[in-house]
Amino acid sequence: MLSRTADHLYWMSRYIERAESLARLVDAHYRMSLLPHSVDALEASLRSTMVALRVDHAYNKKRDKITPRAVFDFLTIDKEFSGSILNCLRSARENARAVRGSLTSELWETLNATWLEARSMTARRANATDTGQFVEWVKERSHLTRGVTIGTMLRDEAFYFTRIGAFLERGDSTARLLTAHQDDLKPGADAGEVPDPFEWSVLLRALSAFEIYRRVYRNVITPIKVAEMLILRDDIPRSLLRCSKEVYGNLKSVSNDQSQETERRAGEIHAHLHFGRMEDITRDGISAFLAQYLDRLSDLGNRISSDFLVPVGA
Amino acid sequence: MAARTGEERAHYKRYAEWLANQPPAELAQKRAEADALFHRVGITFAVYGQEEGTERLIPFDIVPRVLPSDEWLRLETGLKQRVRALNAFIHDIYHDQEILKSGIVPAEQVLCNPQYRPEMQGIDVPGGIYAHIAGIDIVRDDAGEFRVLEDNLRVPSGVSYMLENRKMMMRLFPELFSSHRIAPVDHYPDVLLENLRSVAPTGVVDPSVAVLTPGANNSAYFEHAFLAQQMGVELVEGQDLFVRDESVFMRTTQGPQRVDVIYRRIDDDFLDPLAFRPDSMLGVPGLLAAYRAGRITIANAIGTGVADDKSIYPFVPEMIRFYLGQTPIVANVHTWQLRRKVDLDYVLAHLPELVVKEVHGAGGYGMLIGPASTKAEIEDFRKQIIATPERYIAQPTLALSTCPTFAEKGLAPRHIDLRPFVLSGRDITIVPGGLTRVALREGSLIVNSSQGGGTKDTWVLES
Repeated sequence: MLSRTADHLYWMSRYIERAESLARLVDAHYRMSLLPHSVDALEASLRSTMVALRVDHAYNKKRDKITPRAVFDFLTIDKEFSGSILNCLRSARENARAVRGSLTSELWETLNATWLEARSMTARRANATDTGQFVEWVKERSHLTRGVTIGTMLRDEAFYFTRIGAFLERGDSTARLLTAHQDDLKPGADAGEVPDPFEWSVLLRALSAFEIYRRVYRNVITPIKVAEMLILRDDIPRSLLRCSKEVYGNLKSVSNDQSQETERRAGEIHAHLHFGRMEDITRDGISAFLAQYLDRLSDLGNRISSDFLVPVGA
Repeated sequence: MAARTGEERAHYKRYAEWLANQPPAELAQKRAEADALFHRVGITFAVYGQEEGTERLIPFDIVPRVLPSDEWLRLETGLKQRVRALNAFIHDIYHDQEILKSGIVPAEQVLCNPQYRPEMQGIDVPGGIYAHIAGIDIVRDDAGEFRVLEDNLRVPSGVSYMLENRKMMMRLFPELFSSHRIAPVDHYPDVLLENLRSVAPTGVVDPSVAVLTPGANNSAYFEHAFLAQQMGVELVEGQDLFVRDESVFMRTTQGPQRVDVIYRRIDDDFLDPLAFRPDSMLGVPGLLAAYRAGRITIANAIGTGVADDKSIYPFVPEMIRFYLGQTPIVANVHTWQLRRKVDLDYVLAHLPELVVKEVHGAGGYGMLIGPASTKAEIEDFRKQIIATPERYIAQPTLALSTCPTFAEKGLAPRHIDLRPFVLSGRDITIVPGGLTRVALREGSLIVNSSQGGGTKDTWVLES
């Protein structure tokens, strides 16, 4: 497969996954904004989330104040902010268009229709209730895209690169969400219950893990248990372990002459989580652990680029 | 659809009956459905110079253009003859130049033509084929006879619309396809692939083919991606290819992979920055050297433009006689060459009734349509002609046949032409029909999509 094609496929699925992650986040905060709850807590949660996603600077350039509505609009439909959901959908579609011949026509049409509809939805969006509908719709389109990808694509390199992109992005997103709540995860904070049940339910809902948590733990929500679930459990679709496992597995399927070291590092990240224990992670501090994980992920992303996507020289 | 007497022509009869029974509201809904589908599938063309991401549909008309099988058969035979002669001509001018020596085509018109590529002199290409894919524009004259208006031998486009229009018609009106015997067209990509593989460099066992595109911003990008996908070959940009030891390779995730045949959709000028335009970012450095060494086949070959130039066009019937010893089956449109004094005098005296075209112009630009122009426009053009007569040719204004088409106020006649695609490999093959283009503006004779033209499905009825 052409390196350029692999590059477009990888970014196509990263952008779709990113749009979904953002939609989940906005969705959870949006639901909370409808409850009779302190606006301060909501705004604080939005602030720390934007910091963790590293979009706070872009936001501050446009607005002086954090208000839920302004943040929602910024993250969902802002045309000038390159990281908005709208622009993620556009980038996904542009990447798909550049390699439409390597996609099944169903997948291309799904991505194209998503972008066309997002554009017209954005154009006619008038009142605040639309935020909820919009992010709900984005999630559905992402689910559909994933289903079409898995249901129609040949299991060849094209498929593996889309999976690598999706799971790298997803692991990154989960780690950043946890980072946004790192204050509650400091050593010694593990004994008690949730300091702010509001924030932690937002987090769980954003990851479709609220009901799952109840099923798995049958207990009250505590930050450490949530972190354990989202870091170390293999059966949680958005956990760090699950994502690392998928990245490693798919990477092995596209292996080439120069990719051994990249595969080894992916395997190392996976093994670290697979054999990791919560006691060890908390002893060194969850924040440090997450920061290290994000660094390793970004290193892996760079290595994948140079091994497969932008091969050096002729 | 209508003969001059106003009666329907026989081959349209069944369709006309069907159409008469369709409720207008339903037809309007089908048209809307077609637009929505074209958008969703992304069958669009990029518009140059407009906001990024601006893509437009080429208007699609749901009334098909119908050709009876006997007429098609004659046209098909004539086109094969013509393309065979054109390939022989290109081979000749890049080798012994017999036709120039015999004085049939003036040597300076070939050798001084900017489309003549001295780099090609003496190069043997596989099978002696230069124009692997030719799009020949056909119109009907006042007597109803087909005539060739123009040969397109560089990178003719539009075939994807021919294929997608057919798919759309079958989706919208399946019942029409059971009540008519319509010759299929969807094997075009198979024939194209087979032809491309058949012209691979000698000695290559399992040739690898790639489609070379300028990229996603090109107006015909959809077609490039479509053809690559339909043939199951890679769609590459210049940056995906490199030349090493006079062989061409693609950069892949598994390392370099050899390419044997390039179906290029970029112009000669941009193919190789080392040989042609040094500022080209679209091409592949060293490609010409690999080509000259016979390590890669480029389709269409470099330098075919010299044969589809409007100044060479008047000589094609002579080429058919010269190379094939045959009488041309499909005639040219009568053409005055303004570099000749007698032609120039005649044309200047008859400007209001003629069409004058720039020799190197394309896309319906740089031309004068006498009957549709104001006095001032004609006088303006007259000055340009007198200044550089050799830059122009003139043709009579053709009646161009019309076909009923949906206009703002319902069905109305609109002018049409036809571009069949002629594929040359081991054999010459033409998929029945071609792309019918239609001038959507009332009275307009310009069918180019850049100037408000649309397209129709083209049916060749099997007998």
